[in-house]
Amino acid sequence: MTSEPSAAQQHVSLTALFLAFFRIGMSSLGGSGQAWLYRELVQKQRWLDEQEYLGAMTLSQVLPGANPVNMALYVGQKFKGGFGGVVGVLGLVGPPFVIILILGVLYAEFGASTLVRDVMAGMIAIGVSMVLQLAVQLSRNIREIVPGIIAGAIFVAVGLLRWPMIPVVLALAPLSLGFEYFAAQRKPPDG
Amino acid sequence: MDNRFIFIFLVFAPLSLFSFGGGQAIIAEMQHQVVDVQHWMTNQEFVDLFALSRAAPGPSTLIAALIGWHVAGFLGALAGTLGIYLPSSIVMYAAIKWWHAQADSPWRRLLQRGLAPIALGLVVASAATVLQAAQANTLQLVVAVVGAGLLLYTRIGPYPLMAAAATGFGVLHFL
Repeated sequence: MTSEPSAAQQHVSLTALFLAFFRIGMSSLGGSGQAWLYRELVQKQRWLDEQEYLGAMTLSQVLPGANPVNMALYVGQKFKGGFGGVVGVLGLVGPPFVIILILGVLYAEFGASTLVRDVMAGMIAIGVSMVLQLAVQLSRNIREIVPGIIAGAIFVAVGLLRWPMIPVVLALAPLSLGFEYFAAQRKPPDG
Repeated sequence: MDNRFIFIFLVFAPLSLFSFGGGQAIIAEMQHQVVDVQHWMTNQEFVDLFALSRAAPGPSTLIAALIGWHVAGFLGALAGTLGIYLPSSIVMYAAIKWWHAQADSPWRRLLQRGLAPIALGLVVASAATVLQAAQANTLQLVVAVVGAGLLLYTRIGPYPLMAAAATGFGVLHFL
């Protein structure tokens, strides 16, 4: 995926923004939101290349706010300015907002069902499958040792040891940036 | 405008500004505010609403809509949703404006390259967080790994897999 057209020249309508984030919002079940963002924005629409997706995703993670909401702001703003961001967020949050209120009313009527909890367990398992698949796909682009170690360290610290994310990122980001800086100094950048 | 709605907004707005890395980080503090400080609902009700917000599509922070609804109906739901998303979105908006303004600078290219392994680590970590939050059992772990294999090495898409897993676990419920 190295020869994608530059996304900056694409024309993206407000309707397209709304519909893309509508699909992402409605499909994000069982913790699969990250994977749907990648599928829709990078693979399907090609609005972001993988590098930009990863940059925007990190920005979304280290700043406050739900990741998909922040990504909607990023993509909306990239193509249609602040208003585009608002349209993206409305597509993402609006329909699930209505659905969750309907579910809330049903819950108040009928109470929590253990069947729903079991069905959810199955959906969560596939949500995790999607994130694992995304992780394998993204790691194919990391060909050097140091970035691989940094990604692994972040996973262990935040995912397994449950250390707070911000200090971990603040500690490892300078290492990663320093590595890329010296790597760029060593070999002249190509096109 | 009833100032109840402004009050709901003001309970969620500070949580919004601390929701680093998504919703997981603030759920415990939200529970504390909603149950212990504001006495809007019991702990069990909060836990049930949280489960509901995870079962529904959309970001899990949409639990703010459910809580607002519980307190003050539809406008309460709107106030809760605005409270949880608007403040963080304003911060993000400013950051993106700066980021897009740097589009051609070598610094942004460097940042983007340097942040890629960080994002990858966080994506994988989020899978572990979801599993822990769901208190996943062995069967779920096996299904998750098999599902990832099918997604990677076959042409099967996520929708049929999700439908199959939901049906399978639903059938197991009755056995």
